[in-house]
Amino acid sequence: MTAEVKMEQDYAVVCLSGEIDLHSSPQGRKLILACLHDGRPTLVDLSAVSYIDSSGVASLVEGFQLARERKLDFALVGVSAAALNVLKLARLDKVFPIYANVQARLAAV
Amino acid sequence: MAVEQRLEVPAQPEHLHEIREVVQRAAEAYGFDKDCVRDLVLAVNEACMNVIQHGYAGRNGPIRLEVVSQPDAIEFRIRDEAAPVAMSAWKARDLNDIRPGGLGVHFIREIMDEVCYLPTPDNTGNLLSLKKYQIGQGMDV
Repeated sequence: MTAEVKMEQDYAVVCLSGEIDLHSSPQGRKLILACLHDGRPTLVDLSAVSYIDSSGVASLVEGFQLARERKLDFALVGVSAAALNVLKLARLDKVFPIYANVQARLAAV
Repeated sequence: MAVEQRLEVPAQPEHLHEIREVVQRAAEAYGFDKDCVRDLVLAVNEACMNVIQHGYAGRNGPIRLEVVSQPDAIEFRIRDEAAPVAMSAWKARDLNDIRPGGLGVHFIREIMDEVCYLPTPDNTGNLLSLKKYQIGQGMDV
């Protein structure tokens, strides 16, 4: 997995790619939570995620909850078919705000 | 019944991708479609994660995976040397309770047709059996 943060307007965009598993998910979790602790609304781009397991999903849930506590915007963007399948299995596809891409989220603000 | 593949790796997160590769190859060779292969990879990965996180809980030990090909089903057997676990200890969380963690058991039960512990030869550790039938062959449990 690779993980990087880009800025788009006021938003931090955490771009995760490749396989997110128990080995790699702590890195993504750390970035997501750091953006939120910095007080930034945060989008997580999952467009290049080829695999995600429950540890990766847990990181997203943790981000979602921290954002809610801090009253910050948090959404998933460009969710790949592989990631969406797992979110659906977890019945979380209706819980997370999901947008086609970063621009779609920014346009809806 | 034939054992198609065997793999032994240390119970550490960085070895999970090796397990996933074996499961993917075996499920593809068995003839499951792409979506089913993807789900089987997830289910076996989750079971091995449970061994790492809850079975060994930070201690070292092996995970041995066997893929058993049967006429009507594929079976993944996961052997560990952690403290014995009872099936009753497997608790999937309420999905309406939105919180991190606890999803692995739900994924496994949702994807696999049969999930059970088999007796181990020396009564130590665990031997978990995850079975998936060909479409139309199995029963959900």
